[in-house]
Amino acid sequence: MSARHLAKDQPASFAFSKEGESQAKYWIAKYPKDKQRSAVIPLLWIAQKDNDGWVSEPAMRVIGDRLGMAYIRVLEVATFYTMFKLEPVGEHLIQVCGTTPCMLRGSGDLIKVCKSKIGAKNTVSADGKFTWEEVECLGACVNAPMVQISNASGDAYYEDLDAASMEKLLDDLAAGRKVKLGPQNSRKSSEPLGGALTLSDKSLFDGSRAKKIKIPNAPKGAAKAKAAKPTPKKTTLIADGKKAVAKAPAAKTVAKPVPAAKTSKPKLLKAARKGVADDLTRISGVGPKIEGVLHKLGVFHFDQIAVWKKAEVDWVDEQLKFKGRIGREKWIAQAKKLAKEAGK
Amino acid sequence: MLEDKDRIFTNLYGLHDPGLAAAKKRGAWNGTAEFMALGDEWIVEQIKASGLRGRGGAGFPTGLKWSFMPKEVGERPHYLVVNADESEPGTCKDRDMMRHDPHLLIEGCLIASFAMRAHACYIYLRGEYIDERIALQKAIDEAYAAGLVGKNACGSGYDFDVFVHHGAGAYICGEETALLESLEGKKGQPRLKPPFPANAGLYGCPTTVNNVESIAVTPTILRRGAGWFSGFGRPGNAGTKVFCISGHVNTPCNVEEEMSIPLKTLIEKHAGGVIGGWDNLKAIIPGGSSVPCLPKDICDDVLMDFDALKEHKSGLGTAAVIVMDQSTDMVRAITRLAYFYKHESCGQCTPCREGTGWMWRVLTRMCEGKAQMSEIDMLLDVSQEIEGHTICALGDAAAWPVQGLIRHFRHEIEDKITSYRADKSIHAVAAE
Repeated sequence: MSARHLAKDQPASFAFSKEGESQAKYWIAKYPKDKQRSAVIPLLWIAQKDNDGWVSEPAMRVIGDRLGMAYIRVLEVATFYTMFKLEPVGEHLIQVCGTTPCMLRGSGDLIKVCKSKIGAKNTVSADGKFTWEEVECLGACVNAPMVQISNASGDAYYEDLDAASMEKLLDDLAAGRKVKLGPQNSRKSSEPLGGALTLSDKSLFDGSRAKKIKIPNAPKGAAKAKAAKPTPKKTTLIADGKKAVAKAPAAKTVAKPVPAAKTSKPKLLKAARKGVADDLTRISGVGPKIEGVLHKLGVFHFDQIAVWKKAEVDWVDEQLKFKGRIGREKWIAQAKKLAKEAGK
Repeated sequence: MLEDKDRIFTNLYGLHDPGLAAAKKRGAWNGTAEFMALGDEWIVEQIKASGLRGRGGAGFPTGLKWSFMPKEVGERPHYLVVNADESEPGTCKDRDMMRHDPHLLIEGCLIASFAMRAHACYIYLRGEYIDERIALQKAIDEAYAAGLVGKNACGSGYDFDVFVHHGAGAYICGEETALLESLEGKKGQPRLKPPFPANAGLYGCPTTVNNVESIAVTPTILRRGAGWFSGFGRPGNAGTKVFCISGHVNTPCNVEEEMSIPLKTLIEKHAGGVIGGWDNLKAIIPGGSSVPCLPKDICDDVLMDFDALKEHKSGLGTAAVIVMDQSTDMVRAITRLAYFYKHESCGQCTPCREGTGWMWRVLTRMCEGKAQMSEIDMLLDVSQEIEGHTICALGDAAAWPVQGLIRHFRHEIEDKITSYRADKSIHAVAAE
């Protein structure tokens, strides 16, 4: 636990800035109606930003009134969370992570630099520019050692530091020069120094991952029905060339091109309706390979197969070179049953 | 060794655009509405079948956790809360997911919320992650604008809102009930369980709290199949995992690898090896500061998964590997952690509040050797008095590193005490 107390000298009043006010409203709107107390941490943070980096006692009262909280509850929160500074800080607040992962990589050197350039910790430097403190793990351990610096332009991480780069950073800030955020060496983020050793496969980024996928382990029947629910429209699938149907005898030739009159092309689709194909492999006799061929032909749904007539079966037979397998394995009866399930 | 094609976080390093269009190109939001159309139970079944165990440290099976939520939504709404209060020393994986692959997380929030019949989700980021918060909010705004979340999310007919919330620098808020307290605008002090959050969580409503990584991997599990995910790692330790390798290695980094990868392979393959070579290794903390350290002889061949590390009385935790070479003063390294726990104890339970400070003070003396040999056992004893005697696991987390130190590096403490005494030869003679 860390014991924390309010500053002795407090300003007389506090009011949110215009920007702070609109930010406060934005946060309060995130929570259910009578649970606006949830916004106390964000509001204290905004108040800290509006008060040169520390939270004053009048600000806690303003927030308590705004959220309908007893003042003591706001005080409790403000003193519990260590990111709320309860005393004035310098223009730049330097927070050096000192926990073991940073310690192993040399956070001690950074602390020495702070001591020599700024002075004792938790005090404002003579010129009002800096305050530094040692804080607990900031969660950038693979970029250790690191610091977080808060000032008027934000709160940024400065990583992969050493004594020399830390000195330079402080000098640049003191002189008002622009500083580089993030890693202070050649790294971009958490990849190994010298460049990433993984994630170089181009197919991850060329858009092939955005192609329509077949959902693995999709359940039988019922769930497909749910998928189909928003699109109850069916029809439009009825095969053309009805008359040819009755006459068409079983196609017995494979080698010879079959006369058009004997077979008939079923109604085919360019793509699955609503982009969701039925799992045709559920028809006994259809494996992933045959399903692929069917998709290529333009067959995606059970109800398409269910309405095939003899001539159409023959046509598909030819395309697939199955020699009567569709009939033997009773695809149409299976498809009817599955389509019925899907239609429920 | 995991191949690139099987990595879930394809923009882990932020080398590509984190925005929606690019994320979609990398596969995010592909098939989301169709998964939802298959129903909440189907999603939970898939996650159960994938063998995914929580990535926040405790390793509780995620699908099972989801199934604890009430089957019917009663008067109280359901909530999903994502724990992005990443503060475990050594751990910095969620940070990369939020700033570089935020859409995987947002999509996961939608799927997980749908699976638990929750219409609202809060993502609780640690306060210090300000750039990450901005990046995540930007991605959420994009998702709203594209109709992926909000009313009729992804055209599924399901309404879903996702909000970003933040803390203000309290490690304890990574404990799920402390996080809920904090989210309700209170001090982050853990609640007694039961009731468990699935019964009475945020605002007293059924709530599930999940780690960022646990949620962010779920869309890809559904896309690639539970069998694909469970194909990695040993049984009971399925999947891929983002490891954070810090400390004394040549090139510290985050990397997504297969579970059950040998620790040595992980370090040599991805982090450039231990500084000065493998033989220069002294100890490794394999799963974030809370788990006991392991000496080199165990590190030589231990596998990085829940069960293998448990066998060695350590744990996978958050898979944050902290490497320490021969130059490390183990007592100082662990003392610094003891300070961390002293600083972060919420003060609610006496054994933890008083015990963490006591351990740190004794260890600080031991760093100098200013202690009695008998105090080593006393320290061990006190750590065992803290362990298991507190509301939350912070007491355990504070005790374990100390126990690991004494178990494997007792001789280092003894050497310090001995050499301190050797310098004071007069006292040594007088004591004889």
